[in-house]
Amino acid sequence: MRVTQGCFSFLPDLTDEQITSQVQYALGKGWAVNIEFTDDPHPRNTYWEMWGLPMFDLQDAAGVLMELNECRKIYGDRYIRLSAFDSSPGWESVRLSFIVNRPKEEPGFRLERQESDGRNTRYTTKSYAVDRPEGRRYGGS
Amino acid sequence: MNESVTIRGKDRYKSGVMEYKKMGYWEPDYEPKDTDIIALFRVTPQDGVDPIEASAAVAGESSTATWTVVWTDRLTAAEKYRAKCYRVDPVPNSPGQFFAYIAYDLDLFENGSIANLSASIIGNVFGFKPLKALRLEDMRLPVAYVKTFQGPATGIVVERERMDKFGRPLLGATVKPKLGLSGRNYGRVVYEALKGGLDFTKDDENINSQPFMHWRERFLYCMEAVNKAQAASGEIKGTYLNVTAGTMEEMYERAEFAKQLGSVIIMIDLVIGYTAIQSMAKWARRNDMILHLHRAGHSTYTRQRNHGVSFRVITKWMRLAGVDHIHAGTVVGKLEGDPATTKGYYDICREDFNPMQLEHGVFFDQNWASLNKLMPVASGGIHAGQMHQLLDHLGEDVVLQFGGGTIGHPMGIQAGATANRVALEAMIFARNEGRDYLHEGEEILAKAAATCTPLKAALETWKNVTFNYESTDMPDYAPTPSVSV
Repeated sequence: MRVTQGCFSFLPDLTDEQITSQVQYALGKGWAVNIEFTDDPHPRNTYWEMWGLPMFDLQDAAGVLMELNECRKIYGDRYIRLSAFDSSPGWESVRLSFIVNRPKEEPGFRLERQESDGRNTRYTTKSYAVDRPEGRRYGGS
Repeated sequence: MNESVTIRGKDRYKSGVMEYKKMGYWEPDYEPKDTDIIALFRVTPQDGVDPIEASAAVAGESSTATWTVVWTDRLTAAEKYRAKCYRVDPVPNSPGQFFAYIAYDLDLFENGSIANLSASIIGNVFGFKPLKALRLEDMRLPVAYVKTFQGPATGIVVERERMDKFGRPLLGATVKPKLGLSGRNYGRVVYEALKGGLDFTKDDENINSQPFMHWRERFLYCMEAVNKAQAASGEIKGTYLNVTAGTMEEMYERAEFAKQLGSVIIMIDLVIGYTAIQSMAKWARRNDMILHLHRAGHSTYTRQRNHGVSFRVITKWMRLAGVDHIHAGTVVGKLEGDPATTKGYYDICREDFNPMQLEHGVFFDQNWASLNKLMPVASGGIHAGQMHQLLDHLGEDVVLQFGGGTIGHPMGIQAGATANRVALEAMIFARNEGRDYLHEGEEILAKAAATCTPLKAALETWKNVTFNYESTDMPDYAPTPSVSV
């Protein structure tokens, strides 16, 4: 399966040049770009690990790409996403977020159903990957 | 004509009938206070009726007046409580119609009650005999009054955070056929559409609890579909479960069941009434639920230009009342909506401050005082081939709902959903890259379709579908004049 979180998951994987164009758009708006990675892509896993701090004062997308490639060197077997943060009043949240790196194989999720009272069912989504400890998922180091 | 004719002192209270304009409801020198509520009416007096008198009558009948002088006015600060018409302008290019500006003291209204506000402003005057027609065009709501309302239960920003979706419009579809499916079949449509790439599916306005599908069946099957699609995609999904019912008790029961099943969103219809809407908005805030409003019924009073209530006023009331989604037009789809007027509605939903923009039908500066933003929803006769136009007209913070444009896809519902999602992502990507996406839209879609067969089929199927009819409701001002208020 393909995890389709983020803004561009239905497009073919982005090239570095394409990533640069989107980062430049975000920087042009005055948003800070943040690199995050995880090996648990559960849809409710909000807090992916941060690769350093959001790059608040950066002007040039090349800097983000440099950091991204550093991150890929260590965590290239995991999901990596870029998020652009807008601190302006009334928003103060993410404006754009997209996946820029994926594991070679994405095993996806299983849906567990717990039959409950009457016809009620309790649903739980589990990442297959988290059956293994963090860091050893996706065949990583 | 702009002179005060108010009779003051003892003579004002002589028994008998007196013209409204002489009773103090026409005060051309009055300067509205920052705390006044201001209403702008389009007044069409009967032939031979003085427009000033007609406008003063509207002020009178929507505040303190009755048809004759009453001495009991003297037991109160009557001058304060009288609404004051302070300005009457002829409507450009519309002989016989006048814009009347009327100011109301804040003390005329109860905190946080649309029922009270509307009972005053539109309660009595619309059937008044000396008028041929009357339309409430716009309102200026003072910050002091805005602050007495909860506002959208969730708001655009928190909705995006909760749904984990940033940087693009959300995608939805209304399940079709809108009536007649069993719960099991209905859930099939939900699953296919969500798995194919939509964020939301939606009940239609008149799906409640009918012989072919009782509400619990629908809720149970829909949540199976939502959870299954969520696991299949790794994305948060939702389906608007319509909890509209005959009584508040039944609505609460349905909403509680939706919550128990883990739904992120419920929906209500405008026809349940303002008080019911406000109650559901409070419930939604208490229960972390996004609240979708379907504007069922609004066209009965919003569409004709000379009589009724403008949809921009309804939008303002709904932002106060506290819903999170409101259908606000598509411009290019099958339902009424001139581009400039629609822009006005979208601004009212999404901005913290609306400057007066007569060319969009917005007559007043409006400060929303950090009230949450209301997500507009574009639904009705739109398809993937219009993606560039939709993005241009409606922007990014909007739910685009392709019902027929998803379910009617020749390769099936999943393919229909995928086509829409790919078209949307490709268009956002192109916009961010700095391309002139509006003019290069077809090219951008064609390129995306080269690696996406479902999009190719969608573009082929609906390539010539447009709805070009003249709008019945549009702004009265061309984009040049600036009339200060």
